[in-house]
Amino acid sequence: MGQAMQGKTQARHTPSERALTPEVQVSLRVNGVERRLLLRPWTTLLDALREHLDLTGTKKGCDHGQCGACTVLIDGRRVLSCLTLAVVNDGAEITTIEGLVTNGELHPLQMAFISHDAFQCGYCTPGQICSALGLIAEGHAKTSDEIRELMSGNICRCGCYPNIIAAVEEVMQEAPP
Amino acid sequence: MIDFDYVKARDVNDAIGQIAGHPAARFIAGGSNLVDLMKEDVERPTRLIDITGLPLKEIEETQAGSLRIGALVPNSDVAYDERITTRYPLLSSAILAGASAQLRNMASTGGNLLQRTRCLYFYDITTPCNKREPGSGCGALDGFNRLNAILGWSKACIAVHPSDMCVALAALEATVHVAGPRGERAIPFVDFHRLPGDTPEIDTNLAHDEIITAIELPPEGFHCNYSYLKIRDRLSYAFALVSVGAALRIEAGAIRVARIALGGVAHKPWRVPKAEQTLVGRQPNRQAFGEAAELLLRGAAGFAHNSFKIDLARRAIVRALEQATAGTPQSQSSKKIV
Repeated sequence: MGQAMQGKTQARHTPSERALTPEVQVSLRVNGVERRLLLRPWTTLLDALREHLDLTGTKKGCDHGQCGACTVLIDGRRVLSCLTLAVVNDGAEITTIEGLVTNGELHPLQMAFISHDAFQCGYCTPGQICSALGLIAEGHAKTSDEIRELMSGNICRCGCYPNIIAAVEEVMQEAPP
Repeated sequence: MIDFDYVKARDVNDAIGQIAGHPAARFIAGGSNLVDLMKEDVERPTRLIDITGLPLKEIEETQAGSLRIGALVPNSDVAYDERITTRYPLLSSAILAGASAQLRNMASTGGNLLQRTRCLYFYDITTPCNKREPGSGCGALDGFNRLNAILGWSKACIAVHPSDMCVALAALEATVHVAGPRGERAIPFVDFHRLPGDTPEIDTNLAHDEIITAIELPPEGFHCNYSYLKIRDRLSYAFALVSVGAALRIEAGAIRVARIALGGVAHKPWRVPKAEQTLVGRQPNRQAFGEAAELLLRGAAGFAHNSFKIDLARRAIVRALEQATAGTPQSQSSKKIV
């Protein structure tokens, strides 16, 4: 996989770009699988996931840290993958929406988002679910007010907030941290 | 984003050595502001020095009873640390009033101090901005200046410092520990950030080749009587129009110590010693708080879109001091103002 990805990465650059800062080797453990990449240092973690590893579940919304669509977990903590460089995360454990399914079974949060109709267009959903996963692990939200506040970094332009809160609250009550 | 060279610092001395002789180099830790500014072409570093591996990640008690927060401790870890929530709840509250959970997980303590203004004209490279490009002019003076300063501004720059955490650190009289090629030094928080004057491109008194190593909180944390009240255009995930960090020590019905710092109104957290002194020995009531507010806002002047902040700040100061007195600090999850 690493070889194939390296080839793909190199093919992306035109000869005129060769005078640029050389690519650096970056190792990421993504959804439990070791991935080795050669990346220009300015590649964000989001672009590394989407463009170099073809993990397009993580969405690029604003690309400026204002919408939360790119939320993933780094070493178990929810962060914005658009505002961190892949190279800074060398050696880290990354969890994306693709990593939530186990043995073909959807994660309880994914099930709850479906049963509560917690999305319309679905573009913000991977970020919402990864954010909710981080929120539950953090264990600081006890009330729906607190869920609402601590999910405020994830914007839903379809306005599904009440159903998102209901879905998160249900999973939180079923599986306390 | 422009091309840059990337190096990883092994320790503090290595980090200082790596930045020496590279005037356009930047340290990167959480990166949440720097990476964004690089995408906007506002920051154009020739070299990034990754400091995330440095051993500055602990919160430690000192023998003198202070609490020392390593520069790389994420904002969320500070906000939820039990020593902070029990002894310095004003700091915890202010951090939780800012940004989002994801950003607080990324942003470092030192980086929070060094974040740049969110003035619209600083971000928009098609407009003039003396902070971004000295001598080019100020787009905000006659532009959309709703988010801009009412205090301490100059004709060159009317930007505000965006941090909530720094407002609390100013009120708590924290100390910023830094290291550089000339050794270590400690900067009182009030002297860390600067007013714009004629050099708005210089945000702080940290030298380019110095690095923040820790923030030290003095023993007195005002855990009984404090409040962080933040007024903004939406209830969450927005920068302050006006914020107030208020801390009081009340003994036998009278104020013994008062600290008031304002956010969202100036190029740095705004404190006026005279406003705090006027409360000492007084009963904590609306009359006294109103007088303190007048002193804090003396000389305030707004622009076409932000003059409302003067009245808003006056009321927010009184309200925050009342919340502090009553021992009912502003909740950062239920935003009803009580």
